[in-house]
Amino acid sequence: MTEDTDHDGRVWLGTPAFPEAARTALADTRLRHNLRHATTTIRTKRLDATGEVPHWEELREAGAAIKRRTARHLATYLEQLEASVTAAGGTVHWAADATDANRIVARLVRAAGGPDTERHEVVKVKSMATQEIGLNEALAAAGITAYETDLAELIVQLGEDRPSHILVPAIHRNRAEIREIFAERMGEWGRAAPDDLTDDPKALAEAARLHLREKFLTTRVAISGANFAAADTGTIAVVESEGNGRMCLTLPETLITVMGIEKVVPTFTDLEVFLQLLPRSSTGERMNPYTSLWTGVTPGDGPQDFHLILLDNGRTDVLKDTVGRQALACIRCSACLNVCPVYERTGGHAYGSVYPGPIGAVLTPQLAGVRRAASLPFASTLCGACYEACPVKIDIPEILVHLRAKAVEAKRDGRALPTPEALAMKAAATVLDSPGLLAVAQRAGAAGGRLLGGRGGRIRRLPGPLAGWSATRDTPAPPRESFRTWWRAHREER
Amino acid sequence: MRSGGTDGGAGEDRPATDSRSAVLARVRTAVSDVPSDETPDDVPVPRTYRRTVAPGDTVGLFAARVADYRATVVRCAPEDVAGTVAALLERRGARRVVVPEGFPPEFLTRTDADLVGDRPPLSVRRLASVDGTLTTATVAVAETGTIVLDTGPGQGRRALSLLPDYHLCVVRAEQIVPDVPEALARLEPHRPLTFISGPSATSDIELQRVEGVHGPRTLDVVLVVADTSGANP
Amino acid sequence: MRIGLFITCLNDTLFPGTGRAVVTLLERLGHTVEFPREQSCCAQMHFNTGYRPESLPMVARFARAFAGYDAIVTPSASCAAMIRDNHPVLAEQLGDAALRDAVAAVVPAVHELTEFLVDVLGVTDVGAVFPHRVTYHPTCHSLRGVRLGDRPLRLLRAVRGIDLVDLPAAEACCGFGGTFAVKNADTSTAILADKMTTVLSTGAEVLCAADNSCLMHIGGGLSRWNSGVRTLHLAEILAATEGTR
Repeated sequence: MTEDTDHDGRVWLGTPAFPEAARTALADTRLRHNLRHATTTIRTKRLDATGEVPHWEELREAGAAIKRRTARHLATYLEQLEASVTAAGGTVHWAADATDANRIVARLVRAAGGPDTERHEVVKVKSMATQEIGLNEALAAAGITAYETDLAELIVQLGEDRPSHILVPAIHRNRAEIREIFAERMGEWGRAAPDDLTDDPKALAEAARLHLREKFLTTRVAISGANFAAADTGTIAVVESEGNGRMCLTLPETLITVMGIEKVVPTFTDLEVFLQLLPRSSTGERMNPYTSLWTGVTPGDGPQDFHLILLDNGRTDVLKDTVGRQALACIRCSACLNVCPVYERTGGHAYGSVYPGPIGAVLTPQLAGVRRAASLPFASTLCGACYEACPVKIDIPEILVHLRAKAVEAKRDGRALPTPEALAMKAAATVLDSPGLLAVAQRAGAAGGRLLGGRGGRIRRLPGPLAGWSATRDTPAPPRESFRTWWRAHREER
Repeated sequence: MRSGGTDGGAGEDRPATDSRSAVLARVRTAVSDVPSDETPDDVPVPRTYRRTVAPGDTVGLFAARVADYRATVVRCAPEDVAGTVAALLERRGARRVVVPEGFPPEFLTRTDADLVGDRPPLSVRRLASVDGTLTTATVAVAETGTIVLDTGPGQGRRALSLLPDYHLCVVRAEQIVPDVPEALARLEPHRPLTFISGPSATSDIELQRVEGVHGPRTLDVVLVVADTSGANP
Repeated sequence: MRIGLFITCLNDTLFPGTGRAVVTLLERLGHTVEFPREQSCCAQMHFNTGYRPESLPMVARFARAFAGYDAIVTPSASCAAMIRDNHPVLAEQLGDAALRDAVAAVVPAVHELTEFLVDVLGVTDVGAVFPHRVTYHPTCHSLRGVRLGDRPLRLLRAVRGIDLVDLPAAEACCGFGGTFAVKNADTSTAILADKMTTVLSTGAEVLCAADNSCLMHIGGGLSRWNSGVRTLHLAEILAATEGTR
């Protein structure tokens, strides 16, 4: 399967390329303010929570190693997981792509509802995998209503919006906007918001609690993602804060869990690493309020019908790339987003993918095909803060540069004529690989600089693709005497 | 519904066996760079993180860490549990509370709240309408202030500690372990496990933490310590 | 000790004063330095923008130009990081055995200037005098590429007459990112604005760093704002003996 075949329905939402999408976001002052506040807050909390663990680096090392072991022997662990879950009374399904997964879910929901059910409904725990495959839209098309139950996902769903952060999907919304969304839209989906709803977060959370409680008590099918799945025992983990996860995992009769194949870990014991890494990196807490672990079906407690869907949807393409495959180690903590200077200014929507931020910039081009998301690997200053923050030590800058090379190669292969950028790079390489030519260029540059500029040796405006740079920055005019000229005059000829 | 095979309901499904073999084949192809004789154990996993220095005062640490989540911790001697439980229920105005099978009856001798059993299992509506739930725990983690329930005696099924608005959990000092690895080592993987660290919470709105979303709004922990020389936190 | 200066293409062309300062400084400390004229560029721009095949001749040129030196000193954290982290990778991926060996021979000798001063020469007081209010920006490559730690600050603190002030949120990226500033000029500018705001809040007259690329970026913005703050490479402060004869 080559890189570019049949990636439809995968991950990529097809927004404009990053630079254009970012321009829109940058102009939104409210968004900028919300983002700055949020990322600054979480950054501080994360540093406190990780800083107090004396063996934090060893934990990161172990987390990375467990993920490396899993990736290199993924088939073994997936088959083991399948056997464990089946032995524990669950049913395992395999989905090659989004279409496949969505069909399986729709079929299971209809079967669970029974033949005489008129309205099919499901409650959902926040799950990036189901966003990635567009499950809610696919279910709607099949006549099934999906209710998101995570507070932020509810805000996003009611606001007909898209999530913009892995951990805090409505990070781009402030309390006033949320109050408005609840007041206007809740009634269309179920219990309306109280008439006197204020924008106090407590009141907003209470409105969500009342709105969703009825759904939890009556809905027969729940859909979840999975944070981890232990191959040896068949135990699945969902890590959450609000209790909506517990509601979905406990009350309905049928539970359908959609899990990317990379989420498997070898053993139950391995969870001891990730249950330390994830909450501290993600919310900056020592432990999140609720973590649920379940194994198949437990008679008399929770759903008696449990289905696990193992989803590929491009993950095996990522696995194929020996440099890029480390991105599959991601535990979706979002630490990389919160430290990223780019994300902090643009927010998540600019990335045009359910996976925003630095991890999105390396995951999306691999899942969707690098041609399709060619601008994303370039949406980074390569500052390296993400790598430092990543609890499983994904070297995001390394993958970014690797994918940039792939994007350039893809452009080379697909065209009769080189791009202007490629021509410029070629020319620059020729000059830079020849001290003689470099000296000529320096003299020409000094002359050109004087033409372009610059009172006080400053060039105010540059031509062509450099115009964006010079719109906000002065550029020093090349001095008459380069260093090598000075050296020759003052050291070699002394 | 055990096979995962197609049920013919949606004719356009690709046969499940196809997807299974297709995904597994792709996985194997993708890692063709891995030597065929390499075993998982050949990929080293350094476990040097297992060096948690056991805190001197595990009980004190646990109490402090639970309190950090804005839950209430009350220490008491074994003979004072019943009185403490009664006082807490009174303080929270919990008149009707669910008591799971196997909850120590001696803890209930002082309260005059209505005690509701879960046999036969209560309906979800009934459960959602009571004021609170009493449970014990199976293990607790000092470093993170976490309580783990495994549906064993005194804990009941998972919904009991979820639907009512108030959860009172009795933890014995000897159940507290220093850290997460130690806790997992003591757990039985095949039981449903719920890790609870404070009341339910969200920070989804402007990152301002709000306690009490879908799970209980209030968590009280009664910490039973044989020697209660330490003051209440 | 044979010391080879790797000045970098950017400094050679746009910031020759930095190169002159390094020469002045090392000679003042009693060392003879050489400038191998075959040198050109570390290929960072090409490599980081995805033009790997174009990078390879520059990698080979670097290894040729600097073969046989005991120490290769460069006043650029990002170029030092490029050579250290990526030259071996490129030689491995695209090169031959001879290139691999040549690269492996020079890479261990590469030192960023402050590393060379503090670790190899063992000095922090280099005899500089610079009576101005200065703030220091630790560039991302200084922090995470070559991990300079507090070496630059130790050197600066020993400068006589200096009024060294802390830069708030110092470790925040300035938004340059090489071709990022061209391809994503708007986002880059948004990041830059915050950096400039923190620089101005210090009341410093001079902003210094161990990378002229980032200084070109921040300095370009400060100049456009007519802020009255100038940028200087760390080497130029360490070489200064202002007001002394």
